[in-house]
Amino acid sequence: MTAPLLSLRGISKSYGQIRANQGIDLDVAPQSIHAILGENGAGKSTLMKLIYGVEQPDVGTVVWDGEPLSVASPAEARRKGIGMVFQHFSLFETLTVVENIQLVVPGRKADLTQRIRTLGRDFGLEVDPLAHVHPLSVGERQRVEIIRCLMTNPKLLILDEPTSVLPPQSVDKLFDTLRRLRDGGVSILFISHKLEEIRAICDRATILRGGRVTGHVDPREYDAHDLARMMIGRDMPEPMPALPQSGGEKRLEIIGLDYQPDDPFAVPLSDISLTVRAGEILGIAGISGNGQSELAALISGEAVLPREQRDRIYMMGKDVGRLDAAARRLLGFAFVPEDRHGRGAVPEMSLVLNSLLTAHPLNLIRHGLVNKTKATAFTNACILQYDVRTPGPEAEAGALSGGNLQKFIVGRETMLSPKLLFVAQPTWGVDIGAASAIRRRLITLRNEGMAILVISEELEELFELCDSIQVLHHGTLSPPLVTQATRPEEIGRYMIGAHTASQTADRKALP
Amino acid sequence: MSAFSAAFLPTLVRRERASLAATLLAPPVALAAATVVNLELYVLMGRDPVAVAYAMLLEPFLSWASFSEVLLKIGPLLLIAQGLAIGFRAKVFNIGAEGQFILGAIFASAIPVWFPQATGQWIWPVMLLLGTLGGALWASLTAFWRVRLNANEILVSLMLSLVAAQFLNYLLLGPWKDPNGFNFPQSVMFQYDAMVPILISGTRVNVSLLLTIALSIAAWIFMQKSFIGYKLQVGGLAPRAASYAGFNEGWAIWLSLLIGGCAAGLAGAAEVAGPLGQLQRSISTGYGYAAIIVAYLGGLHPIGIIVSALCMAVLYIGGDNAMVSANLPIAAVRVFQGSLLLAYLVAVAFVRYRLEWRRAAYRSQP
Ligand SMILES: Nc1ncnc2c1ncn2[C@@H]1O[C@H](COP(=O)(O)OP(=O)(O)OP(=O)(O)O)[C@@H](O)[C@H]1O
Ligand SMILES: [Mg+2]
Repeated sequence: MTAPLLSLRGISKSYGQIRANQGIDLDVAPQSIHAILGENGAGKSTLMKLIYGVEQPDVGTVVWDGEPLSVASPAEARRKGIGMVFQHFSLFETLTVVENIQLVVPGRKADLTQRIRTLGRDFGLEVDPLAHVHPLSVGERQRVEIIRCLMTNPKLLILDEPTSVLPPQSVDKLFDTLRRLRDGGVSILFISHKLEEIRAICDRATILRGGRVTGHVDPREYDAHDLARMMIGRDMPEPMPALPQSGGEKRLEIIGLDYQPDDPFAVPLSDISLTVRAGEILGIAGISGNGQSELAALISGEAVLPREQRDRIYMMGKDVGRLDAAARRLLGFAFVPEDRHGRGAVPEMSLVLNSLLTAHPLNLIRHGLVNKTKATAFTNACILQYDVRTPGPEAEAGALSGGNLQKFIVGRETMLSPKLLFVAQPTWGVDIGAASAIRRRLITLRNEGMAILVISEELEELFELCDSIQVLHHGTLSPPLVTQATRPEEIGRYMIGAHTASQTADRKALP
Repeated sequence: MSAFSAAFLPTLVRRERASLAATLLAPPVALAAATVVNLELYVLMGRDPVAVAYAMLLEPFLSWASFSEVLLKIGPLLLIAQGLAIGFRAKVFNIGAEGQFILGAIFASAIPVWFPQATGQWIWPVMLLLGTLGGALWASLTAFWRVRLNANEILVSLMLSLVAAQFLNYLLLGPWKDPNGFNFPQSVMFQYDAMVPILISGTRVNVSLLLTIALSIAAWIFMQKSFIGYKLQVGGLAPRAASYAGFNEGWAIWLSLLIGGCAAGLAGAAEVAGPLGQLQRSISTGYGYAAIIVAYLGGLHPIGIIVSALCMAVLYIGGDNAMVSANLPIAAVRVFQGSLLLAYLVAVAFVRYRLEWRRAAYRSQP
């Protein structure tokens, strides 16, 4: 075997009581795509941060290209030829895409703009280089992060869940890109919870559990089921069957909504119509950046409609277009946003205080003061029911691993027992065991009569969850397609807009 | 080339986590550093540093008369800083407490100026209320511009302080000038009932100190326990989480500014109805700005602010002492305040970041 490009020996890292990494040994061969597998909180991101110099290991040695290495900072790691795309993005929201890239990649703005366009086209990672970052969806931000990393020409590329919010077409293109990079001499460390992806692209895999390495395997020799078992240490639960339901009352109705956002880079919505009934799950498919964030904000009440727009959005039978988020929640609405840090949760606050964010109407406030006992009890219940791996309710939300924070937020919102639940990217970054638990829970809630709206880029997830699916493309929504009578390819065609002509024909055909 | 710059220019690197000990240590370390730097400055100016240090840092505690003056100074600093800190936690930067303080003083003075003959124990409480109202009204101008037109509250409140100072001048040179005051720019002396009762006889410390302590406790409950305080903090830490939860941003801005304005206005009223006993130009001595330093030095925490207000008050009184006994110029206290804030900002930066000299990078260059 050739000498490894990177080799770790006995790496350990603790955060206070939590031993995130313990005695990790890992060799990354040259020209290899190496997967790191593990449950939420297994310590994958921590290990990557140690390699990239974001954090320093407590003990252990790193050998890079045959020489001992200690990286004190990411800037230094980049100089050595290590690049990383974080699980949680690190873009400046007030700058444009190209300005963000300029912070890391030297070069003139005009040249960079051109390079971003060409790279984007070649690699299937199109973004507008001149757009500001703040209106971009998480999917688009991920594309920016990946492009930025590629532009530094790394020898070792670390990708922490790069495909979690990329649509299937982009994933295919990304994989082509990664294979090309590998053949050109780059090694890649790849983290993903999607085992099929790992089997498709990785030639080696290291499995972590509870901060320790539990095995090195060649993922191509096992099927996804075996890998899942190695990862979570037990068999995967079966999906929950959806009970047949006859259409309940309308809990959410959007009628011919047109919306022109203030931000010139946000996507305008035109003629959006959809209905979600009690006991039904409606999915919205589509590549992010086609109006998902704008639609989500309009439904959640974070954006309100201009005064002239009346009778467009109804919740529980009330016109809510101009109600704010709090008023809509009072009607029985709950929402899991796509970005958990800084929107779904305040990273600097404890989980108890994060429960309060939306669960305060559950009697957690008395005489204007926070009822700490009840808030803690609520938080503990959420941690227990949704299997959130954390030292306790007083842990800061920002210290949870990505998937665990997602579980917490989903738990908090469903524990409000809303009439209408809206979930954007329900299982983003959640490991397969927990993801299937979340999906089972959503279907159970549906069976009990909750109305649920889901936005996801994962078609498989939508097919498992939804009664019907509508596709968002360029700010317009397809008619509802009954999931059981639809093939994924058909949805795929809508997603790239190939269906638009026949869609208008369909509409006209309706009485 | 890059090896050269990398070797000699240190960079700030964010720490994984700010340690609690470092956070708590930052203010005292800043205080110590500022003291050392300033004492050295006095040496350069040819003063005896021991004498200055004695006058500044010890003398305020040595006699009851001096210490009671410290207690007197704490009042306005503490009150304003508590109000401002609430806004700062919500990331609403009210820099114009000075103006709100002046308006509080003016509103409170309206009663004794217009009704110099009035008597009764109701007068001073009503004056304090009016002062509170005046400060709040002045702050509401800033809130209005910010919420309605998205005008930066730092600039608006700061500039409104200048307007307030001119308004005070106008009153004292014109309609409110004491007709028997030898043309000095000051109002009539207030009647007995327009003065806040003395708390400790033989000193100038009055009942407003009790009020200030009570309000500090209220501020602590508000920020640590109440739901409204929680909402303000969420708005400050993660504005998008606040709008996700449906906490109204405009409302938070109004509330933050009004709380700051009320506190500053009350402090202004307590000042004219307390140690001054009349409306004069010298009420505006920069309490509103010093309180910003107090608030940050206290870590924006109600308990920390009590400690930092005490330090700042000692600095004021000690500075006065040093002016007399060690012949220090009047600007010395301001310089001390400024360097204290600077030292604190540097200390806080080091709580969150560490310096890195890039040794590793240098060595590995071929
Ligand atoms: N900054 C931090 N402070 C305290 N604990 C932390 C911190 N970062 C991570 N941890 C803890 O370390 C453990 C490993 O976290 P890590 O983020 O590496 O998990 P992960 O394998 O990447 O999980 P996921 O799949 O959910 O992203 C978790 O228990 C987490 O709570
Ligand atoms: Mg992770």
